[in-house]
Amino acid sequence: MMANVVYEKYKSDGSFLGNLLEWVDARFPATSLWRAHLSEYYAPKNFNFWYYFGSLALLVLVIQIVTGIFLAMNYKPDASLNAYGVPVAFASVSYIMNDVSFGWLIRYMHSTGASAFFIVVYMHMFRGMLYGSYRKPRELIWIFGIMIFLCLMAEAFMGYLLPWGQMSYWGAQVIVNLFSAIPLIGDPLSVWVRGDFVIGDSTLNRFFALHIVAVPMVLIGLVVAHLLALHEIGSNNPDGVEIKKLKDGKGVPLDGIPFHPYYTVKDIVGVAVFLMIFFGVVCFAPEGGGFFLEYNNFFQADSMKTPPHIAPVWYFTPFYSMLRAMVWDFFWLDAKFWGVVAMGGGVVILGLLPWLDRAPVKSIRYRGSIFKTLLVIFVISFLILGFLGTKGPEYTFFGVSWLPGTVIAQIFTVYYFLFFLTMPWWSRIDACKPEPERLTWK
Amino acid sequence: MRTLKFLLAALILAPSVVLAAEGAHLDRAPDRSGNNAALQNGAKLFVNYCLSCHGASAIRYNRLTEIGLKPEQIEQNLMFAAEKIGDPMAVAIHPAEAKKWFGVTPPDLSLVTRARASESGSGADWVYTYLRSFYRDAERQTGWNNHVFANVGMPHILFNLQESLSAAEYDEQVGDLVGFLTWLAEPEAEFRKRLGVGIFLFLIALFVVSYALKKEYWKDVH
Repeated sequence: MMANVVYEKYKSDGSFLGNLLEWVDARFPATSLWRAHLSEYYAPKNFNFWYYFGSLALLVLVIQIVTGIFLAMNYKPDASLNAYGVPVAFASVSYIMNDVSFGWLIRYMHSTGASAFFIVVYMHMFRGMLYGSYRKPRELIWIFGIMIFLCLMAEAFMGYLLPWGQMSYWGAQVIVNLFSAIPLIGDPLSVWVRGDFVIGDSTLNRFFALHIVAVPMVLIGLVVAHLLALHEIGSNNPDGVEIKKLKDGKGVPLDGIPFHPYYTVKDIVGVAVFLMIFFGVVCFAPEGGGFFLEYNNFFQADSMKTPPHIAPVWYFTPFYSMLRAMVWDFFWLDAKFWGVVAMGGGVVILGLLPWLDRAPVKSIRYRGSIFKTLLVIFVISFLILGFLGTKGPEYTFFGVSWLPGTVIAQIFTVYYFLFFLTMPWWSRIDACKPEPERLTWK
Repeated sequence: MRTLKFLLAALILAPSVVLAAEGAHLDRAPDRSGNNAALQNGAKLFVNYCLSCHGASAIRYNRLTEIGLKPEQIEQNLMFAAEKIGDPMAVAIHPAEAKKWFGVTPPDLSLVTRARASESGSGADWVYTYLRSFYRDAERQTGWNNHVFANVGMPHILFNLQESLSAAEYDEQVGDLVGFLTWLAEPEAEFRKRLGVGIFLFLIALFVVSYALKKEYWKDVH
């Protein structure tokens, strides 16, 4: 924030450390970075539960990078069979689990971290929807966020191939095959992505390279951009009113408090609670009931044996349901193509939110009953779509034939898109309450 | 917001109700964790009956010291197919030859009790039920078929053992074998839970301290 503010350089008090800091500060913007982003970055004082997930996402990113580095020291992206008939990649994961000191802990932290990342990011995005954090002037923050979400999906998808289990192999097979649904270029494109006509050693090697180098670099760059854009504009808050409108004589927002120390100490409390849940899963239920580590993935990849039911990991299932919901051929194009359009569109349409929402207020606290009702149904449809994505296409609710999963998925997919596409209309006519002048607090 | 929260809670709980209704019946495998005598018996059964066709190549023989065996005991009684105690519990026959004989390569069993888990029960439950569900079937080349794994390529390898024991005794032996397979699939499982308790105590302390710190700092926010 306040890019135009010139911060005074640090003056030494004569001590050794003081002299060192003065020397550094004369050559590097240490003091100004610290002030602009922490000690003089003013955040609204009424952050609630939903505001923990931003810092938690950063924590999970660090966990994933650190555990990932240690995993990469012992993992081998090699699809050939070893002397015991086990693929080298699959065996190297067992090696990490059984032979590397605390390798099991590093691996479980990484696998649980993947699911934790999506839980935290979904909560973070939902917070944005509750309080209108994507609204002007924060459109770019939101766009960067959606790009981070896309990177995260790519990262999770490619990382999931690496253990080279049955679900790794067949999940990748299904998803890469989707590219072939694109007219004309589809088939050569899917071969280009795989580097082979089937998922094989070359696919495993390139996914490894992309998973540990290329995508993480883009991800980190986007996170930096996300934070820079946020600190330029300032954080939104549960009331959705701009704290910068009212400032004191020194230019400090009346309802703002310095991020450090107030929110650093508050976020540590959130970190402690989060880590209890995180390590609760790592140490007592690392498979997450088959949702975090799919049981079928403890079988080594076998290109000759198609599993009866190929399900993606839970965090992809809402979008996977949208893919499967498209069963009609439109305009001479295959249903599969429209499935890909629905799946991709489901993510991309989130990025249009800043321009779809025309409500006069930002926060749900002052929005009308139309928004509240439609948002509740939106959450329900997203969760039901997610649930259905974990099931086979033949699934029926409660085993009754008049509640077929596919039809329910189609209904909720249509709702998902209608929620966004009709938003410019209903968000304008919704009866909103007037926003307060200052934050509501205590 | 209240209705929103209620609906969220209802939706999180709903799948568990739906899930509970599904799946075939599996018998529950007895819990042998921490029972070294049973695990050692399971190791003996595994080496005698399974290891000639199935490997457990993710585990080295010297790890069996963790279920109370001495290195000499392992070398003298269990290592038929290996030379050094640091060798993996590899299968005696070559995978390609096995495929010629059985039509399929007998799978490595290092992770079988994790891979076979499903909504119907744990992987251990599956193996426990499977090993007790063989029946005579003249149509099959091996003369055997299985209720849990239809048209399985494996013959009833424990048949002689089953013949010589009462039903209850056989169940006990299979229980030991499955207990050993469960231990084998994740030898660190017991330590993992103990470490979890330690981590939890640390995090409770971190929570108390950080919460007090937060309260102290936020006193002057008005």
